[in-house]
Amino acid sequence: MSVTAPDTSPAGRQIPDRLKSPLQRFLGSWELLLLGVAVAVFILNSFASPYFLDPWNLSDATFNFTEKAMIAFAMALLIISGEIDLSVASIIALASTAMGFAVQMGADTPVLVLIGLGVGLACGAFNGVLVTGFGLPSIVVTIGTMSLFRGISYIVLGDKAYTGYPSSFAFFGQGYVWWVISFELLLFALLAVVFAVILHRTNFGRTVYVIGNNPVGALFSGIRVTRVKFALFLLTGLMSGVAAICLTSRLGATRPSIAFGWELEVVTMVVLGGVSILGGSGSIPGVVIAAFVMGMVTFGFGLLNVPGIVMSIFIGLLLIGVIALPRIARQLLAKRKV
Amino acid sequence: MIPPVLKSREAILAGAILILVGAIASRFPAFVAPSNLANVFNDTAPLIILALGQMVVILTRCIDLSVAANLALTGMVVAMLNTAMPGLPVPLILLIAVSLGALMGLFNGLLVWRLDIPPIVVTLGTMTIYRGIIFVISGGEWINAHEMSDAFKAFPREVVLGLPVLSWIAILVVLGFVVLIGRTPLGRAFFAVGGNPHAAVYTGINVGLTQCAAYVISGALAGLTGYLWVARYAVAYVDIAGGFELEVVAACVIGGISIAGGIGSVGGALLGALFLGIVKNALPVINISPFWQLAISGSAIIIAVAFNATSNRTKGRVILKKAEHAA
Repeated sequence: MSVTAPDTSPAGRQIPDRLKSPLQRFLGSWELLLLGVAVAVFILNSFASPYFLDPWNLSDATFNFTEKAMIAFAMALLIISGEIDLSVASIIALASTAMGFAVQMGADTPVLVLIGLGVGLACGAFNGVLVTGFGLPSIVVTIGTMSLFRGISYIVLGDKAYTGYPSSFAFFGQGYVWWVISFELLLFALLAVVFAVILHRTNFGRTVYVIGNNPVGALFSGIRVTRVKFALFLLTGLMSGVAAICLTSRLGATRPSIAFGWELEVVTMVVLGGVSILGGSGSIPGVVIAAFVMGMVTFGFGLLNVPGIVMSIFIGLLLIGVIALPRIARQLLAKRKV
Repeated sequence: MIPPVLKSREAILAGAILILVGAIASRFPAFVAPSNLANVFNDTAPLIILALGQMVVILTRCIDLSVAANLALTGMVVAMLNTAMPGLPVPLILLIAVSLGALMGLFNGLLVWRLDIPPIVVTLGTMTIYRGIIFVISGGEWINAHEMSDAFKAFPREVVLGLPVLSWIAILVVLGFVVLIGRTPLGRAFFAVGGNPHAAVYTGINVGLTQCAAYVISGALAGLTGYLWVARYAVAYVDIAGGFELEVVAACVIGGISIAGGIGSVGGALLGALFLGIVKNALPVINISPFWQLAISGSAIIIAVAFNATSNRTKGRVILKKAEHAA
């Protein structure tokens, strides 16, 4: 997965990837391909509906992906390190339920935010302890906690819903910071920069790649593998808490089925962004573009009155297609050379 | 000394199930009446069939998240066929359901085998694709009991020798898997591929083909269950068996099938499915709201996987304990 075929120069010499200029690397990269898809979808959308290019519409379109993308950033780091967290959507449900419960007790906005973030962190810590402390496979652990966390929401809520959030709480999901720029979009942009810096510019980010490529090698190089992985689970939990605050505020209500099925959309976003599901490679800019592609596709189909479930066919084809096409091309090329 | 048989995962799981059933029976004796136990088994039959299919996929180091979507799509297709052509005999419908399911499994398998795409990505994608297709072909409409022919609905419920056909099919599938896993080269190949793919190649096993075969088996069983499910509940809609794929994986994990591949048994998958089925059926009996079900099955998965991990630790001389742990 992480091995890219070396390009051949006109003279027939092979140029190693690390010797290419950043521009050369960008041309022919996954991110460029995705960017092309994003632009194509954008143009198609503007033809699909005359209302698409309206600034308010474009701003609304971002709600389709900002909350999922916040989790996707943290999930990207986790998947690069070779783990996965399928419980993120259930963490949203549990955090949202806790906030709803606090509202019934008369809590105000600052307390609600603290509770949302706290529950997210606690759930992340629970996953982290199970995976790193007991050495269990993360895919199974988080399938378990996925049922467990959402199950607790169902036990607390049953078939009811929590409403009555304070009006100041609505800002997180419905507020606009500057004309048509929503608070969520600003937060998304900020987090994109923060995560890009963490992954691509810090030692911590480097260790994430090292662990994903070779966990045993990482351990023998003196990297505290379990500690880094635990931190990544905490981070994913925390971002799920942030997403829970935004989503609950936007909907103004908590139901136990909130964010149902989001874990798969978040993983799709990350994989579409070029992160190898086997760990060891990927980038934050890729995830950002993938978020735009998915959000734009969803919104475009909405403009055309295509039902949500039909969009899922497209997202599924996109997921398989973008991974399969380069492989098919490579196999065809290899055959021609022989 | 405890005899080794009693230390096996299946024996421990069987013990856990007996204790569970005993605890329920101590307060609600009606639960262990043979007729009720037969009902519980019948309710669990679809889960048993799917868990066995999932088992061979997991044995080969893959995962099939598309089983529930495959089930729902096949169910919708046969229900629509039945509405359009009420005269279609049940054996033909069974054949169509199994073939259609196998075809969808083949699609998963080919993507994993020929294009080498990670299984979780493939089945995540096909899961959403298959569900979407159901909506496209049905237009989001439900197919209700009165639109289905009587023969179509009656087949899984028909009682033979005291048990419904649905239960008998599950029993046949279990027996089939005992033979497949224990007595055929393909059964051996599943373990070899999952246990050590490189060694499997050197023994002449085609790893990709074996994985593809596992997907076809899982798909065919999902298709079969699709018809049985729709006929039994006499309704077909887009969201049928929504989220059931995780319950299937959970049954395998509880049954001691290692998600890392190569370890597992037919008995384990069967008992794992039965455990979940008994919990699900017992909740209303012991006056716990069904809302507890998710949390209970979630906890069961976590406990089972923690238990498996501790019993799977390789014995022998471990020189670098920490490194072993991280690997």
